[in-house]
Amino acid sequence: MGLNDDRALPGGGRSARSGGLFGAGGPTFLTTKVDFVVNWARRNSLWPMPFGTACCAIEMMAAAASNFDIARFGMERMSFSPRQADVLICAGRVPYKLAPVLRRIWDQMPQPKWAISMGACASSGGVFDTYAMVQGIDTIIPVDVYIPGCPPRPEALIYGLMMIQEKVRQETLADHAVNRAEDPRAVARPRAGDAEVKGLTGPFGNSTRQNRIAGLVQSDRVDRPDDRLP
Amino acid sequence: MATKTVEFTVGRSPEMGSQGGIAYAPLHPVDLPEPDLGSEHMLINIGPQHPATHGVLRLVCELDGETVLKVIPHIGYLHTGFEKLGEYRSWNQVVPLTDRMDYLAPLIYNCAYVMSVEKLMGIEVTERCKVVRVIMMELDRIFGHLLWLGTTAIDVGAFTPFLYAFQQREKIYTLHEALTGARITTSATRVGGMMADLPDGWAEAVRDFANGLPATLDEINNLLTTNGIHLGRTQDIGVISGEDAINYGFTGPNLRASGVPYDVRKDRPYYDYETYDFDVPVGEIGDCYDRYLVRMEEMVQSLRILHQALDRLPGGPINVQDPRISLPSKTDCMNDMESMIHHFKLITEGIRAPVGDSWFSVEASKGELGMYVVSDGGTKPVRWRVRPPSFVNLSVIPKLAEGHLMSDLIMINASLDIVLGEIDR
Amino acid sequence: MAHESGSHHPSIPALEGRFGEAVQFHETTAGDQVSVVVDAARIREILEWLKTEPSQHYEFLSDLTAVDFGGGRPLQVVYQLWSLAHRRSLRVKAELPLDALEIDSVEPLWKTADWLEREVYDLFGIEFRGHPDLRRILMPEAYAEGHPLRKDFPLRGRFSRAEQTRRALRQDVEDFYIPLEMELGREPQLVNLSSGDSEAASADAPSED
Repeated sequence: MGLNDDRALPGGGRSARSGGLFGAGGPTFLTTKVDFVVNWARRNSLWPMPFGTACCAIEMMAAAASNFDIARFGMERMSFSPRQADVLICAGRVPYKLAPVLRRIWDQMPQPKWAISMGACASSGGVFDTYAMVQGIDTIIPVDVYIPGCPPRPEALIYGLMMIQEKVRQETLADHAVNRAEDPRAVARPRAGDAEVKGLTGPFGNSTRQNRIAGLVQSDRVDRPDDRLP
Repeated sequence: MATKTVEFTVGRSPEMGSQGGIAYAPLHPVDLPEPDLGSEHMLINIGPQHPATHGVLRLVCELDGETVLKVIPHIGYLHTGFEKLGEYRSWNQVVPLTDRMDYLAPLIYNCAYVMSVEKLMGIEVTERCKVVRVIMMELDRIFGHLLWLGTTAIDVGAFTPFLYAFQQREKIYTLHEALTGARITTSATRVGGMMADLPDGWAEAVRDFANGLPATLDEINNLLTTNGIHLGRTQDIGVISGEDAINYGFTGPNLRASGVPYDVRKDRPYYDYETYDFDVPVGEIGDCYDRYLVRMEEMVQSLRILHQALDRLPGGPINVQDPRISLPSKTDCMNDMESMIHHFKLITEGIRAPVGDSWFSVEASKGELGMYVVSDGGTKPVRWRVRPPSFVNLSVIPKLAEGHLMSDLIMINASLDIVLGEIDR
Repeated sequence: MAHESGSHHPSIPALEGRFGEAVQFHETTAGDQVSVVVDAARIREILEWLKTEPSQHYEFLSDLTAVDFGGGRPLQVVYQLWSLAHRRSLRVKAELPLDALEIDSVEPLWKTADWLEREVYDLFGIEFRGHPDLRRILMPEAYAEGHPLRKDFPLRGRFSRAEQTRRALRQDVEDFYIPLEMELGREPQLVNLSSGDSEAASADAPSED
């Protein structure tokens, strides 16, 4: 297994480019070692930013309390300030009135950052397919991990955080641009193409489809040049 | 037939503060003469995403230095459209919506909703169901108060009570889970009864919990009740008189802390609450400390009710047998056509409530929870209205916080015990 | 319906004796719950009398809401009253035709009504005359789709999801402040405490998070 063997790369051979020890562009001995150290440091000290709104927030509190204790994963430092946080945990329903708040908090978080959509409501709107509710926060911010459940158990939240850790472990600095992309169009788009999604969900005519097809394409970050008061 | 309200005043013993070696020095920062710094008023926005607002409440405050001159609450950041959605769901399908409203005490909401529909339909639930619902509601009153206790303690800087409270809450989570399969979103009730009868050993597990809770309450008592910092942060903060409290629509522990002994369980008893032996604690002054004391005492009283209810838990069926709502047995469905059609209609259309409206209020952990349902004789409510106790309680915050310090505003907000899911609905 | 059985409620004859024609109808539903429908034009007067008259003394307004039955029928404003002294409840209703959705505010009688009336205004579009601060409470102030709890309002709103998302994200910071707050905050510097975002406070002015 040579240094340039793609299979040895943390990303499972995502990059086909070869770089050698000091080659430009591709993964090298140096960059993979740096990746390892950086990822090790990042994944063991993730600071969550709890964006708790409803029932899921209570389970998130339960996860922080003694029975489940996410301190075991280096995450006890709940960072209520977005500027000092790594993982946004969106726990609970997000109405349209709250959507700009969520977007703004995400914008305030520094890179590198990850997002967890905790619970059915945050992931898809859940049972609340009403006039007031955002049907999945991935129309507003890019989401890395979706935790199913209504609400998910604390174990599920911990598992979701561990999946973030696993995701961090596999990242490489070479793919910085892709990993750090913030446009929900690029990141949160379903892996399946539009046609496939349509084929899968079309017959049921559910709101998920409405969103995936219509919402994502148009929910670009809007320009807000007048964001400040005089 | 209303029983005489038994009430007693929660104690503020004179030696408080001398225990634990911390001398209690009353803080009156508002009264201190402030040097005129020629400062201008400041507008500060708290929330909607702020750990001290207990959800997505947003408060805009006008400050003079650190003194709050004006608070303008903004709500609706969690408006989900429950009441609209309820109009598109059949009578039983509304139940899962109710527990997502107050996720701190879901079973009370489950019960209150079906009680209102049962009232409208004229259904009298079985004796066993009554007692089971009393157990559930008292269990969740403790559930809600424990969360309030933990989070409020954090707001005044004490983290340990949060951990103690959550240890006990985990036990209730387990009980919920055994009863319904879910930790928070229980959806335990159905019109005319329960989703299922109690699982084996559940009553004993509740009794175990009820026996274990007083030790934790004592621990938290020792940590907070005479703690100088806690006293300084809560006493004489956010005072409201009984008369004002009524005018502003305060209910629940908040109203009783102001000395008004109004408790729906005593004044409009449902489910034979008049036969349970329990007291209604009331406060004297109506400040944050009284609200704390009243809630602490209420947990003790709930435990008393729990023990009595467990003692009298009768056998027999848990669901009523009423052809309007109960499904025929599977054997009948397979054997005769009428039962089959009946089953089919109940499942596909849902139950039907008679024309009319019904208002039913219960004593939830936050205050008087009213459920108002209007039916046009169909399988869906024309209107399902929730009288949200913490919505009304929260509307008082501009009055309570006026003239206090910024940090007291946080305590006042915490002491009201709000839950945004139910305020915004 | 049970037009007679409501008469055992002591408030009904008293109301009829005092206000005569203004008391239009009364009925008993759900077994023992008495509702009385009164003339909307005199609602304030009637409720004030019910609150202050010693023999009635309904000093507690439990709830204030509205009901839309759809099909062009009038909207009902529903007041749930409770007398702490007499331990009695009474439901008072007033009907408003769809083309005249206006009724007197009872906020001067009960402070509770402040937010409850704002909620009814927000969700049903009923104007309360004399309310000190009548504006939307649950929906955003700039909500353009109408009044959600009206029967002609579709469950998922009038706009597409994409349009709703776009409108939500397009909001300006100023949209989050009411005119009064803008007035208060105009002169001095605005500081944002949210999420401890002190660094952004000076540069960013007020952020909505």
